[in-house]
Amino acid sequence: MPRKEWPFGRKVDCSIHRKALSMKLSTLALTAAVALTGAASSALAAEISGAGATFPYPIYAKWADAYKKETGIGLNYQSIGSGGGIKQIKARTVTFGASDAPLTGKDLDETGLVQFPMVMGGIVPVVNLEGIKPGQIVLDGPTLAKIYLGDITKWDDAAIQKLNANVKLPSTAIAIVHRSDGSGTTYNFAYYLADVSADWKSKVGVNTSLQWPVGIGAKGNEGVANNVANTKGAIGYVEYAYALQNKLTHTRMINKAGKAVEPTSEAFQAAAANANWKSKPGYGVILANQPGDASWPMTAATWILLYKQPQDAAVTGEALRFFAWSFDKGDKFADELHYVPMPDNVVKDIKATWASEIKDKSGKAVYQVTN
Amino acid sequence: MVDMTAEGAAYSVAEPPSRMKILNRLRLTDTAFYWLTRLAAIGVLIILGGAIVALIDGSMLALREFGFSFLYTAHWNPVTEKFGAIAPIYGTLVTSLIAMLIAVPIGLMIAVFLTELCPASLRRPIGIAIELLAGIPSIIYGIWGLFVFAPFLQRTVQPFLIDVFGPIPVLSTIFAGPPYGIGMLTAGLILAIMVLPFITSISRDVFESVPPVLKEAAYGVGCTTWEVVRYVVLPYTRVGVIGGVMLGLGRALGETMAVTFVIGNAHRISASTLAPGTTISATIANEFTEAVGDLYSSSLVALGLILFVITFIVLAIARYMLMRLERKAA
Repeated sequence: MPRKEWPFGRKVDCSIHRKALSMKLSTLALTAAVALTGAASSALAAEISGAGATFPYPIYAKWADAYKKETGIGLNYQSIGSGGGIKQIKARTVTFGASDAPLTGKDLDETGLVQFPMVMGGIVPVVNLEGIKPGQIVLDGPTLAKIYLGDITKWDDAAIQKLNANVKLPSTAIAIVHRSDGSGTTYNFAYYLADVSADWKSKVGVNTSLQWPVGIGAKGNEGVANNVANTKGAIGYVEYAYALQNKLTHTRMINKAGKAVEPTSEAFQAAAANANWKSKPGYGVILANQPGDASWPMTAATWILLYKQPQDAAVTGEALRFFAWSFDKGDKFADELHYVPMPDNVVKDIKATWASEIKDKSGKAVYQVTN
Repeated sequence: MVDMTAEGAAYSVAEPPSRMKILNRLRLTDTAFYWLTRLAAIGVLIILGGAIVALIDGSMLALREFGFSFLYTAHWNPVTEKFGAIAPIYGTLVTSLIAMLIAVPIGLMIAVFLTELCPASLRRPIGIAIELLAGIPSIIYGIWGLFVFAPFLQRTVQPFLIDVFGPIPVLSTIFAGPPYGIGMLTAGLILAIMVLPFITSISRDVFESVPPVLKEAAYGVGCTTWEVVRYVVLPYTRVGVIGGVMLGLGRALGETMAVTFVIGNAHRISASTLAPGTTISATIANEFTEAVGDLYSSSLVALGLILFVITFIVLAIARYMLMRLERKAA
């Protein structure tokens, strides 16, 4: 005799339950979605977004943190690289782009972008030679270029010895270390070498990555610093902060005025102060080999890119207020992280540029100069 | 009794439609299940196809500009925008070859030891240690390679190799030059450590699948352990072993982070394994972020396409080898 109760009969009930449940769930999802979009739109109003260069990322993050504590306005900066930053701002997915290599005047005109330098750093040659103290040996541009071209292969080469008459240099081979990843540091370093050496200009050239004639490629400043620290007879180039942190042996450099200078914040700032910022559109002056007795020859700036006519003028206004705050109150953070703040006269010009060039749809200036 | 029939009748009247319904529902769930699994399988094909299309589309610019010369020229000059892929291809193949030359024999030996010779108390600790090796993220291998392994090689192994092989004609070119510590040999060694767990654990699993009766029979007729492994275990498990080796090779070809740290990242082809070189994935990882310019980005995507093709060729060769082995066995 079959059992009376059909076990599947209950399923109907079940499906009703499920329907009710799914309805409940969908209303829940709907409310959640509404809440989320609400949150997102309110967050958008108070969030500046930027993308680009990796070199200034630590200082932008530090400024953003301090600025948020003071004003409640956050900055979301993605350090995806200068190339990525330029692409993102051209696609208008971010409020501002950041690049270690400046755009040319033609590029700026075609895209309708405004460009200005935000902060600077110094690039320092570092070496690993037994018995040599930091700053003890001095190099000049042409010699550095010859080393990186592979023309000078030993540390006791006549060209190096001539510059360091009172230092006993070993006869070890020079192990050259360079950046393997594309980098603004490389761009500025190569720009300097091309400026002082015709050979470098014709054989290698200037870019964020290069076809290096000799040497080992290491990833990032920390990679170069580590390889130099590990390899006897090595030479490399790193951001100033990395030379300090890793206690590497830096060299002095002979600048354009023929003076041997130590890499210090003052020497970097001297290069910036002596530069003729108006000579290139968008302040696109590379600070390599600037005139002046105290100028460090491998100083590097990093740039911000903004639209002259932003789609969202309110957020661009917030971004400009953040930059103004960083210029005015961010110097001590920059010093802490061994970045170099822009000189005051340049900051004044930059603010004037904002006020005259960045306008909203009605033609009103987005930023007003207050001081 | 009457009650019963009445109830039974009512039951049988109500039953046919509901049974139909149930059968339908069962058929429906079966169809749904069939389509779900099928969609999952098709999904893989779509993703793979999408990746191929995206790679080809992205590399079109570079391939049109350089044509076949992209495959055999050694320039990699972002300044003049002249690109050729042979140096990274060479580095990829050489480092993977070094890795497999070391990892395959050692991996197989470990697997044989674990399944045939190891005392039971050691089996678990060694097995777990091998599997832990597989769990270490590649960035850790990279950092360890740069900070610990490369300086060690620079001080000890590399000067030794240079001295020992110096007078021997061919080997002196393979181990020539200053001991930088980093370079293609170091990258190959790190890769060997990284692929070892794949080869070992898969080989161990397939070795364990050999029916004990086969081995016992071989031992029974007086075979040594070596003979059992050579003539019973390996022939029985070759498909699985080759599968494990190919999985390891696949990882070695595509490994990025660990290699980037220790290979020296120089776009050069050197006969010496102590010299710095580069691989396809290391080049892409290094240069993609700051690759300004369409031709540069496109050349990097083209490198990715080449790696894809190399992997495909390797898999095809593996399949072909298996087919031949099976035909021979049959």
